[in-house]
Amino acid sequence: MALQITRSCVNCWACVDVCPNDAIYQDTPHFLIDDGKCTECLGDHGVPQCAAICPIEMAIVNELGEFLNPPGSLTGIPIEKLKEFGLWREAA
Amino acid sequence: MELPVISNTVPVAEGGGCASSGCGTAPDALGHLPDHIRAKVQDHPCYSEEAHHYFARMHVAVAPACNIQCNYCNRKYDCSNESRPGVVSELLTPDQAIKKVLAVAAEIPQMTVLGIAGPGDPLANPGRTFETFEQLSARAPDIKLCVSTNGLNLPQYVDRIAKHNIDHVTITINCVDPEVGARIYPWIYWENKRITGAEGARILIEQQQKGLQMLTDRGILVKVNSVLIPGVNDEHLKEVSKIVKAKGAFLHNVMPLIAESEHGTYYGIMEQPEPTPEQLQALQDACAGDMAMMRHCRQCRADAVGLLGEDRGDEFTLDKIDVMDVDYEAAMVRRKVVHDEIIEKLDARRGIVTPKLDGIPEGSRPVLMAVAGKNGVVAEHFGHAKEFLIYEASPAGVRFISHRKTELYCGGMDACGDGDVIDAGATESLLDRNIRVLDGCEVVLCSKVGYEPWAKLEAAGIAPNGEHAMEPIEEAVMTVYKEIAASGKLLPAIDNKKVA
Repeated sequence: MALQITRSCVNCWACVDVCPNDAIYQDTPHFLIDDGKCTECLGDHGVPQCAAICPIEMAIVNELGEFLNPPGSLTGIPIEKLKEFGLWREAA
Repeated sequence: MELPVISNTVPVAEGGGCASSGCGTAPDALGHLPDHIRAKVQDHPCYSEEAHHYFARMHVAVAPACNIQCNYCNRKYDCSNESRPGVVSELLTPDQAIKKVLAVAAEIPQMTVLGIAGPGDPLANPGRTFETFEQLSARAPDIKLCVSTNGLNLPQYVDRIAKHNIDHVTITINCVDPEVGARIYPWIYWENKRITGAEGARILIEQQQKGLQMLTDRGILVKVNSVLIPGVNDEHLKEVSKIVKAKGAFLHNVMPLIAESEHGTYYGIMEQPEPTPEQLQALQDACAGDMAMMRHCRQCRADAVGLLGEDRGDEFTLDKIDVMDVDYEAAMVRRKVVHDEIIEKLDARRGIVTPKLDGIPEGSRPVLMAVAGKNGVVAEHFGHAKEFLIYEASPAGVRFISHRKTELYCGGMDACGDGDVIDAGATESLLDRNIRVLDGCEVVLCSKVGYEPWAKLEAAGIAPNGEHAMEPIEEAVMTVYKEIAASGKLLPAIDNKKVA
């Protein structure tokens, strides 16, 4: 089991510093998660740390492709507004 | 260390970034401060209204990560045409940052201050932030170091801040009430969890206040920044000001919210209004009391370089500094000469007091005037002014109030190449917008005004005045105020308001 970073990532480094497994590395066009190292923080923390600090919605997904921070969940901007401004996606 | 003077030919910056000659309320708006604090800030452009005409600052963008979300910030944004906090074009490693700072300090000897302000929160990037400070304090001891923070991690790093000789810290404090905070901060990252709502805001406020106290206890200068968000924290900021002053902050900087929908921030998208210049000024006046208020802040980018109001970052991109060969020992000698010259000039100015106005009837009302100025004189065509300097003339004299930008934030969608294109028909003309910027002013002083703007200004109740081209701003404002007084329009105040 491992999490993944999507194209929504803005390369802010926040996740890199809090990952207990050093599983996150710099790449272009955005950071990536080494699936051999990622444990989804099981045993270390109650919640995956990358997803707990990531400021960008839709940037981190689980193996099913589900957003850990779905649209609107971090900013509180209503879905209709996100759609109006082209900031909404159904899947990664 | 005393360094020998080897040359007197280094030019001293004149005016430069800010167009006004004396946009301080008095020759020294920091006059109320104890001597040891004044000595620390007299050459700091961000703290001293006087100093910002002569000394330059730079920010290095080594701190990308953040541990809170503010409703006025969008971490996605990066546009080189924008000038607002949190925005940056080129992220630097600590090594790159050192190289850049040394290059800028050698090239711009007036640069006295290096700040780390983002684009995230410096203390959420402790490794990168403190490595930069450590190297700089060793290699460039003549540069003052500052850091800006949201305060969440401040208590745990106060000792490291003290250790690296960082004697200026800015904390952004927008509230002291968690319920107000819940409308500004949707979440914080704290003890390995994302904490939302009022609980998150409560922890943030607690850490900010604790950190502020710890800093002032150690004699580290603290400035507090607050973003004025109408309807959210406007009245509340008066309380914030009292509390931070009681805890020893020496300066409070109330800044206007920037919330444009194209920035994609919560406030931008939710159409949260920005404060009008009048609202900002009223709040700054209300918070002032006997605490120094900053009115010259330009809300710089996290990678700004140069005097306040200018950005020379383009001259120091990574590819350019790579080929610069900097001899910092030699540069320090040149820098010392320049700094001494400026301090001497500032000291000389301190003795000069703006004369009181004579011939103005007692009880005359104050008048706001906008000036298209450059280097302290009325110099610009109305249509060419990128900012207007707002002065208040009253029987007590002439004082600088604020600057108002005419071209806000962005050069336009063509230049950005990103975001939604604004319907051209929906955008008001630049002229209308500029006139709206002058709201509350009765006169606009510039070197020249065209026919079209002349008519529109008069229709808006603002008298265009092109008769004082190239005259010193304060003198021109006084002359015009006396003319208005002579015409009897300043008295009595109450009747005048009725007529208006």
